[in-house]
Amino acid sequence: MKDTTLVVAGMLTLSAGTFAIRFSGPVLRRRITFPPWAEKLLEAGAVVLLAGLVATTALTEGHGFAGPARPAGVLAGGVLAWRKAPFLVVVLAAAATTAVLRLLGVP
Amino acid sequence: MSSIYRTLAGGTLRDIALACLAVWFIGLSYGAIAVASGFPLWVPAAQSVLVLAGASEFLFVGIVAAGGNPLAAAAAGLLVNARHLPYGLALPDNLTGRGWRRLLGSHVMNDESVVFALAQEDLPRKRAAYWACGLGVLLCWPAGAVLGALIGSVIGNTGAFGLDAMFPAVILALIVPALRDRVTLRAALIGAVIALAATPFLPAGLPVLLALTGVLAVIIDQARQAPR
Repeated sequence: MKDTTLVVAGMLTLSAGTFAIRFSGPVLRRRITFPPWAEKLLEAGAVVLLAGLVATTALTEGHGFAGPARPAGVLAGGVLAWRKAPFLVVVLAAAATTAVLRLLGVP
Repeated sequence: MSSIYRTLAGGTLRDIALACLAVWFIGLSYGAIAVASGFPLWVPAAQSVLVLAGASEFLFVGIVAAGGNPLAAAAAGLLVNARHLPYGLALPDNLTGRGWRRLLGSHVMNDESVVFALAQEDLPRKRAAYWACGLGVLLCWPAGAVLGALIGSVIGNTGAFGLDAMFPAVILALIVPALRDRVTLRAALIGAVIALAATPFLPAGLPVLLALTGVLAVIIDQARQAPR
């Protein structure tokens, strides 16, 4: 590791900034009363953000395609979840599908 | 915290425990990667407690290990963590606690605790699920990171076990009930496509935020149903 002081400064910046982001959402929320349609929009917004997170973490690595094994596993988990399989089954099936595909040489 | 156990059904607690176990596994690979990249153990250990946001920590370690400026790496990490602002706006009022508890309640806000809270039906269950999952991640993420840093190279390739598929699968399984609503599903699909299309061109974190434009589909639907 290079300059320890600079790395610590970076770590503290990331920690403090992340806390400030986390803290300000609920505070803003408390200050403002939202009409029902806005409440629904905020909740839909969180689901949409999470969907974007699923898509990018399942399909991409850095700026490129992650290879087919991981998205195939996540898709298998998604299909099981849609068919109301238990959470444990969904998550283990996703990991197992990806692991088996990799064992077969799929990246 | 005993009220958590009285409020939540056993199934939900078991699901939260499994999500925390997945976080522990990812923490193992994080600690191992950090040490393999040349960081001493205290870096992933301190980050895992103080930052407590996996994706941004991976990014920070990766950028600094590649020779990047740590402050630039921190800025990139903050961009990745910007999604916690809309998370905080979406959570019901006072879910993160009052007074001094609010400090801890804000710190344990993460993808998993937010998604478990949103999946519950009423406010007491939302609050219990949020705190149970948030505190569980607060324990499991650092525990995994420290153990991973200690055993380092022994783990080798965690990809072989398909562990990288667990995080997206956990989040997907939890938003599936919300996606049964057709309008939300359309918005989520639009958001996911936009995030994917932006990934090759934009810095990490920004594509997920751009996914928010998908809520335009919900706005259009609301405008249609209640013309003003």
